[in-house]
Amino acid sequence: MATKSDNNRAWLFVIPVIVLVAFNAVVPLMTVVNYSVQETFGDNVFFWHGLGWFEDVLRSERAHAALARQLMFTFTILIIEIPLGVVIALTMPRKGVWVSVCLVLMALPLLIPWNVVGAMWNIFALPDIGLLGRLINSMGIDYNFTQQPLAAWFTMILMDVWHWTSLVALLAYAGLISIPDAYYQAAKIDGAKGWAVFRYIQLPKMKRVLTIAVLLRFMDSFMIYTEPSVLTGGGPGNSTTLLSIDLVKIALGQFDLGPAAAMSLIYFLITLLFSWIFYTVMTKDEGQ
Amino acid sequence: MKRATWLVPTLYILFLMLPIYWLVNMSFKTTNEILGSFTLFPNDFTFENYMVIFTDQSWYMGYFNSMLYVSMNTVISVAAALPAAYAFSRYRFLGDKHLFFWLLTNRMAPPAVFALPFFQFYSAVGLFDTHIAVALAHCLFNIPLAVWILEGFMSGVPKELDETAYVDGYSFPKFFFKIFLPTIKSGIGVTAFFCFMFSWVELLLAKNLTAVDAKPIAATMTRTASTAGYELGLLAAAGVLTIIPGAIVIYFVRNYIAKGFALGRV
Repeated sequence: MATKSDNNRAWLFVIPVIVLVAFNAVVPLMTVVNYSVQETFGDNVFFWHGLGWFEDVLRSERAHAALARQLMFTFTILIIEIPLGVVIALTMPRKGVWVSVCLVLMALPLLIPWNVVGAMWNIFALPDIGLLGRLINSMGIDYNFTQQPLAAWFTMILMDVWHWTSLVALLAYAGLISIPDAYYQAAKIDGAKGWAVFRYIQLPKMKRVLTIAVLLRFMDSFMIYTEPSVLTGGGPGNSTTLLSIDLVKIALGQFDLGPAAAMSLIYFLITLLFSWIFYTVMTKDEGQ
Repeated sequence: MKRATWLVPTLYILFLMLPIYWLVNMSFKTTNEILGSFTLFPNDFTFENYMVIFTDQSWYMGYFNSMLYVSMNTVISVAAALPAAYAFSRYRFLGDKHLFFWLLTNRMAPPAVFALPFFQFYSAVGLFDTHIAVALAHCLFNIPLAVWILEGFMSGVPKELDETAYVDGYSFPKFFFKIFLPTIKSGIGVTAFFCFMFSWVELLLAKNLTAVDAKPIAATMTRTASTAGYELGLLAAAGVLTIIPGAIVIYFVRNYIAKGFALGRV
């Protein structure tokens, strides 16, 4: 890492970025703040409402339920995707033509538009015309994700595992191939086998990439909207209504601007907290 | 155990391919076959679904719209991010860390939070349903991403390169365009790819900011499900076509994907 010199004129280089992002971030965010403290009866007439909406949201059972489902979803996919990704990275070939084949095929789901992912899983899992739905039902299990909350959850989580495990695997793989061969030779001399090599050589080397993977998966799954909304639309009932889906229902469906704005800000503060953790981890060992 | 290691990636890739296979399979079937019988291969192999998309303007314009705003966004993001990333990688300046963090928070912000204010904001400035509106809105997360990835690549270039160039009498612009940019061209390529990709896959904002003229292809897809009955074959064909652009470019960046997702920090 090159040492940096002090130069406040560097601000000139940053101005385009600040203007473009501020245009998108600050103005809309201020709109949200504005709505969150006001009450309206239509016709663009607004009244000061203080922190009322925030109290409502923090007390509302609906918001609690959406948050609980969100956390449940996020932790379930983390528990599945992180170990699975590591196992896949460990078993991937390190040399030869198969490396490229693996990398390209694994990255494919990451590049599919998110509502196509939802639509694809929808027709893949439908009990009458979908391959997965047919398969499960033919095993004698009654499965219909459009009617059974449990089946909807199963499908939603399977879809996310399908969509994003590759991200964990690719990051872990990048960490693994950065380990010099000398480490493995030293381990061999010491007589270290499978588990010991993993625990004392591979895992410590993967620690940083895995932290990034966990944080990225946490944040991205925390703001997930399109895929589950296309797959299940939040249903059956409200059983798969995650935070973003609930928020869009309130804001664009019911046009309850105040509560939606208050909820947005609380939501935003949670992501801000995790962004800070992410930032700290990312910049920790870069010095300066 | 040693011999069976190829099994895990193979099974995993098989699992990844199954839903895609089903989509492709369905795209070559007629609606009757999809609804009437359950077949692993199309009995009545047909290109009709694809023909509809290539001949119906509301379909193929969807592709054109998506491509247009995605390209605009990629150009804007990379162009704006290049000088900024250079500043972050080479200089300390007042508030640099706060600024860097602030950029990151925008990458992490849930689009759902911004959906409504974006709609009102872009309507107010008269940009609703234009390609540039979507391109600008996607800057929200793509510029931070581009700055972070480029900063990662630029920090890998030793500072001696800059100093030598100045000693040799290069002016800053000449150094930046003639020496520095060619040095990090793979980084620029990767960054452009990631901007392209995230703009391509994001639809919540793209859908909310468009109605007719700039409607992205993937949003057109939701229409088939509602108005034109349930034309699954058509839906599947449109879905397959949205996978293709990604599948083509992915080969070139396969070794950098992890780096890009980790915002240039692996």
